Amino acid sequence: MGIKFASDEWMKALKEELSKSDGYRDAAKTWEGDFYWVVTGMPGEAANVHLYVDLWHGECRDAFRATDAAAKTPEFIIEATYAVWRKVVDKKLDPLQGMVTRQLKLKGNMLKIMKAPKAATELVLCATRVATDWPA
Amino acid sequence: MWYFDSPHVIFGEEALSYLAELKGRRAFVITDRTIVRLGLAQLVIDQLTAAGLAYTLFDEVEPEPSLQMIQHCAGILEQHHPDWIIGLGGGSCLDAAKAAWLLYENPGIDPASVNPFDQYTLRDKAKLIAIPTTSGTGSEATWYAVLTDTVEQRKIGIGTRGLLPDYAIIDPALVMSLPPATTADTGLDALTQSIESYQSTWRNDFSDALCLHAVRLIFTYLPRVYAAGTDREAREHMHNAAAIGGIGFGNSQATLAHCMGHALGVLFHIPHGRAVALFLPYTIEFTVNGGGSRYADIAQALSLPTDNEATGAANLVAAIRDLERQLRQPLTLRELGIDRPAFEQALPELVARAETDTQIATSLRVPDSGDLRRLFEYAFDGKGIDF
Ligand SMILES: [Zn+2]
Repeated sequence: MGIKFASDEWMKALKEELSKSDGYRDAAKTWEGDFYWVVTGMPGEAANVHLYVDLWHGECRDAFRATDAAAKTPEFIIEATYAVWRKVVDKKLDPLQGMVTRQLKLKGNMLKIMKAPKAATELVLCATRVATDWPA
Repeated sequence: MWYFDSPHVIFGEEALSYLAELKGRRAFVITDRTIVRLGLAQLVIDQLTAAGLAYTLFDEVEPEPSLQMIQHCAGILEQHHPDWIIGLGGGSCLDAAKAAWLLYENPGIDPASVNPFDQYTLRDKAKLIAIPTTSGTGSEATWYAVLTDTVEQRKIGIGTRGLLPDYAIIDPALVMSLPPATTADTGLDALTQSIESYQSTWRNDFSDALCLHAVRLIFTYLPRVYAAGTDREAREHMHNAAAIGGIGFGNSQATLAHCMGHALGVLFHIPHGRAVALFLPYTIEFTVNGGGSRYADIAQALSLPTDNEATGAANLVAAIRDLERQLRQPLTLRELGIDRPAFEQALPELVARAETDTQIATSLRVPDSGDLRRLFEYAFDGKGIDF
């Protein structure tokens, strides 16, 4: 039995995976920046889901599902459909390719993201390690 | 979802005469003084004149095109208002033409802010023709350009799909007098790009076909053009191979050898092709050790013995080293003339640069900082990668 994608519990599990990952810690050692990952069209959800994550020098300082999108004003916002997020977490879609083809829409300083390609790869790897349930 | 982009390619003998068919008012040729001195710019001008086009010749491109030169060039473009821009030369001239075109179409834009995720105005004022005079970088077929900011002392990578040239003219007459060292350096860049783009996480069916055939052509014809620059048949195939590999690379991505080569190139001023090719065998060994690579396909395409990935990769590495020896290329950093103290002093910076290179994320096996450090150290002494 896995954890439901985009739940608060799922974010906590991701935080746990990030804290266990030497690969992520090394790749993101200079990264500073927080995100909203916005999931649109998620089955069973009336509105868009906002997932907050604060990444700082190889550490995940905070990760939760926001009940109020106005609660935070993160540096980056990445928005995609539920199906696209699933492809990213299943490693079927490289997030940078997803951004080039606008399947993932990013608000924030693109160049800063492009300078941390390894951190993005390791972050996705950690997400794939969370046993995830995908509601249909 | 992914894209496949290619310029309209005109290739083979007399390909340059395509220019005589152009319709328009004025062409603006962006090149360097060497190309002018060799008489290659005149060949282009003759065709433009036959087409009835006015022309402007800009011959101030430096070996490492600077942001400052590009801004100067864009100012002249604005005065002459061409409807055709022609990049003529090696990778530097073609990159310069792309960047100057971008500034001409988007006055005041900061080139450092340009990225593959946003869209920019291009082709409102002019179309771009790329005419390579080396067989290697593939810049005629890609949407990237690299500039150097000489004030801030940094490299600026510009990448947006719209920067792909509208036309690429692949005429072997333009490479007949390419000196052997440049033939080797640029040819090995084409080889490295083709092999890496076949392994990249961005690879796809379209890029695969091109990369694999480019590797075949390069192994066959690069030794021939190096041994006899006047071998017309070999020059033509090698010139095509560079463009074919370039289209493959432009629709996939290079990987780890390019990250390491970029870092080395910046710190030690090594020609791009020589730097990336030096690291290629080491990165192949590192990648195959991680599993999931596709070197056996390449070995098979070259009719090298392959029972599995490991033997395929080992035989491919041996074949690359053979080729590099034939082309009198260094196989280690020591052979490149870098001494131990200078290497050790630069090592942290080499690692830092390589691991923030955008092409690291497209590598099949992504090294951590410790791996990268060891990769550089092994490449210094020429040790086989055992991790
Ligand atoms: Zn290259």
